[in-house]
This record gives sequence, structure tokens and C-alpha cells, in this order.
Amino acid sequence: MAETVVEVAEPPALVLKGYEGKPLVDLDTYRAVGGYAQLERARAMSPHDVTQEIIDSNLRGRGGAFFPTGRKASFIPTPDKVAKPIYITVNADESEPGTFKDREIMLKVPHRLLEGCLIAAHAIQSKHVFIYIRGEYSEEYEVLSKALAEARKAKLLGNVKLTMHRGAGAYICGEETALLESLEGKRGQPRSKPPFPAIQGLYASPTLINNVESITNMPIVLEIGPHEYAQIGAPPDSTGTRLFCLSGNVERPGVYEAPHGITTRHLIYDIGGGVPNGRDLKAVMMGGSSFPVMTPDELDTKLDANSLGQRGLFIGSGVVCVLDDRTCIVQFALRVAQFYMHESCGKCTPCRVGTRWLVQILRAVEDGTATENDLEVLLDVCDRIIGKCLCVLGDSAAMPVASCVTKFRDEFKQHLAQGGCPFGADSSLANLFAPVDQHAHAGAPA
Amino acid sequence: MIEEIRKIAKEYPSSKSAVLPALRLAQERYGWLPRAAFEEVGEALDLTPAYCMSIASFYDLFHLEPAGTHMIEVCTNVCCGLVNAQAVLEAFERELGIRVGETTSDTTVTLRAVECLGGCSTPTIVAVDHRYRQSVTPDDVPAIVAELRSG
Repeated sequence: MAETVVEVAEPPALVLKGYEGKPLVDLDTYRAVGGYAQLERARAMSPHDVTQEIIDSNLRGRGGAFFPTGRKASFIPTPDKVAKPIYITVNADESEPGTFKDREIMLKVPHRLLEGCLIAAHAIQSKHVFIYIRGEYSEEYEVLSKALAEARKAKLLGNVKLTMHRGAGAYICGEETALLESLEGKRGQPRSKPPFPAIQGLYASPTLINNVESITNMPIVLEIGPHEYAQIGAPPDSTGTRLFCLSGNVERPGVYEAPHGITTRHLIYDIGGGVPNGRDLKAVMMGGSSFPVMTPDELDTKLDANSLGQRGLFIGSGVVCVLDDRTCIVQFALRVAQFYMHESCGKCTPCRVGTRWLVQILRAVEDGTATENDLEVLLDVCDRIIGKCLCVLGDSAAMPVASCVTKFRDEFKQHLAQGGCPFGADSSLANLFAPVDQHAHAGAPA
Repeated sequence: MIEEIRKIAKEYPSSKSAVLPALRLAQERYGWLPRAAFEEVGEALDLTPAYCMSIASFYDLFHLEPAGTHMIEVCTNVCCGLVNAQAVLEAFERELGIRVGETTSDTTVTLRAVECLGGCSTPTIVAVDHRYRQSVTPDDVPAIVAELRSG
């Protein structure tokens, strides 16, 4: 069975620094590449100065929202201003379709993640860090737990308590306030904001929530210096590197670390070896399944937030999933919509009901029973979801679906004109079963 | 189990936070979550059984009905789907003689389709008893099933 390819595709190696095909899972091997030296340095600095270094690096969130990590930390009140504990919650609930990088960080450089947690704890003067790890991740949990035990034994934790908390299978818990609810022992349903977690997060206390990749960058920021870090990639906004998650119809899929600003074409064709079997690229699931799709004419777009943003695209969690020309785009949109219907927590009506509408209409288009007016209804449903819920899960269903209808309208119309799918069974996504249908015939509650 | 759960709860500022690890533990004991499990978890954490059930029903990893001794979970999200996940799923259905979502009559194996497991570069990902098998093809299916039936 093939192993996941995890490589530094273009220098500099930051998150994967020191990893050359051999995981840095032991404390000794991690120390040999300078591990935990930055924690020691950070602890000799004032918390404010550490936060300032993160701000100066312009490190931004790698979970999808791209919020400035240092600024987020600076929103946390100092202990003298608040009579409550201050918490850090690491979001290791990686579940965005197409994303598999945080998993590799936990498997390959677990100590760097832990060092980042402890540096962040010093920066905001927190004494309790929670790592909320996806429930399906068994091996990752074990590797990280072992690293934690080693770090604890070596007395690296100082006065910080670090708790690993396992999720139980719910995409929505990657949303930060749903994650907090879940960690408090409730159903993972998002909260309304404000108050923001920095003021009232876990147990109504100030809480810093960071993605695994973001926090793993912190020791590196300190090591190479924030100003040096800020020169890497596509400054001023997209600094540093990304662990790009390359998958789908591509010759060499894998996790590739490369600086922000390489082009999509370079990643797919030069690093990834292009589309197999001489097929043509039809679309790219860009950033994750939650975002608009990229079309072939956009392949020279640089992989940084601003370049993508100018085209209405998103870097998300670094997903680049290639769809070749066998893929029926209606089937793709349907499968994406089915995912969000399954994962909608049910709290907000536009999302709960809207995702079902999307699935029904897309199914009718695919079956050839829809009318041209249904395409307008489809876009109208998208419009009635976007921006109208407590969290962005509904938007995440509507944006990719709307982009498929807009960018591939001819293919949608072809379904209507032919009374069915023009690809028939030849599409790579033909008849793909979705878990949302499993509950219906297995009799379990949906 | 009640003592074990209370020990886990000490890790958290609020014992209610231990409900997920407690339910996970209970499911490991029972193989699924019968009413007795909710009663025990509830007693350990000072929650009602109904509350515990309301939590379990929200999360996909908890089984509210008896499940097989072994669990086969096939990712059928887009990335695996592009590289033949449906054929892998159908191969399991044929080999086991059941439909997705069902358990074999001898209660050995439950087959489920699941959303993205986060192993997108080595499709198709199949979690066998919660351990990922990478790059699974329909040809690999008989051996996986045989392994579970003999074990």
C-alpha cells in the first residue's frame, strides 16, 4: 500500500524543517534539528514581545480563514485584566474535504506542534492548552500522545497543562465556536458571535483557537526571525509557506511544502507531474470543497490569498484537488452538496433546509428532470443561504455549487437538453454513494 | 467504567467535557451504545441518560444500533471518488453480501460509507477498525474481508 508523499517541494522548509523523509517523532531527533530551543528563547522574552514577533511575521491562519495569527493572540486580555483562566485550543479537527496536512504534521513533526503550543501559551499567558483532534485520527492521536508524554517527562511543559481531546465525527466541529461547544460536552453547534472566543470562549473564558499548521509555524517564526519570515512567500499578506494538499486526478499527489505565490500550474504540472493518462484538466477544487472551483484559464493564478482573491477564489486549507475531463461537474456539485447536507448541524434554517434543496435540484439536473428555471432556483437558493447563518457551513455548500452553475452553465444545460447526464457512466464520479443516503436505508437517525 | 470515566473527567475544568471520551469508552466496551451505556456515562458525569444520548446522536462515530465486531468505512468524498471509491465500496458490498450501512447476518462486519477521512493523496482510503488502509483498490477487498473473518 502506497505511503503518503510528504515533501518540501520548494525551499525554504519551514513547517517540515529538518524532516527529510524521516519523521521527527522522538524528542532527541527533534532536538537534534534545534527543537525546543525557541521555546526556551520565548520563555526568556516577555509575553508581549513573543506576540509582537508573531504579529511582525504576518503569519496567518492556515485553517481556512487566513486571519492574522498574531493579531488574534493580541485580542486575548492579559491575566491582570480578567479574573478567569485563559485557554488555548488547537484545532486539529481536520475535516475539510481534500485536506490532509495537519495529519501529516502530527505524524511527522509532532514536537514542533507541541513547541508551538507552549510558545503560544507563553505569549498569552495561558496555563491550559487543549488539542481537539479529529475522532477518526487514531494513529495521529497515538503519535502525538507519545510525543506529549516525552515532552512532559523532559519537563518541557513547565506550568502548562496540555490535554488531548478526541472528537467523534462531526465536520462542523472544525468551526471554532462549534469546537468549543463540543469541548464543553455539548452538541457541536456554532454559537452566535460576538462575543468572540478571545473574550468569551471555552467555559466563557478568553480562548485562543489556532489551526495545527498555524501554531506549528510559531517556533519557525522565532527561529528565523519575524522580519525574515515576512519576506518569504508572497508578502506582505501571504507570508511563509503552505503545506499544499495535492490530490485527485494528478500523477503525484501528496503534501508539498512550498512558499505562498507559486502558481497553480507549477504545483499541478511540475511538482505533481500533471494529469495522468494524457487527460485534460477540467477544474480544480481550490482551497477545499467549501469554495468556488477554479477553471483551466485560471491555472496561472498564484497560490496566495490576494492573487486568488482577485478571481473570487480562496486558498482555504491549501487544497488543490484536480478534476480531469471525465468528471461530470453536476455530479461533482451534487456530491459536494450532499456532504454539506450531511454535515449541517441543523441550527440555522437556511443551511439546514437550503442544503437539502441544493441536493434535490442538483439530483434533478443530473437525472435530466429539471428545467432551465431550476438553474435560477438553484442560484437563488445559494443566495438565500450565503451570509444568513451563524457560521459559514451553509456558505460552504452554496459557493462551490453557485460557481459550478456559473462557470459550467453549458454543461448544466446539456443535462437538461439531453434529459440526463451526457457522461453517462463514464464520469469518474458516476453513481458515487454519499453517506447522507446511508441513514435513509439503514434506519439510523439522520 | 464509572470510576474510569470520573478519572478522565478530572482532566477538565468541567466534568461535562468528558462526555465524548466517556461515550467512546462505553462504545469500546459494548460495541455500540445501548441504553445501559447512557445510564453509566450519565451516572459517572452527573448527566441524564437522555442528555448523553442527545450527544451521541450528533456525532457520526457513535453507533445507536448494534454494530458488527469489525467496522469497514469507505471514504466516498470527492478526492477518493475521483479515483474509484465507488468501485471499492461496491466490491465490499459484493464480498460481504450486504448493502452499505448494513451489518452481516453473523454480526462480523458493518460496512459504512463515510465522508472525507483526510487521506486524499492515497485514494481510496478505507478505515478498517479505525485504522487507515491507503490506496485500496477493488482487488484488495477479498483479502481485507478474509482477514476480518478469520480474526
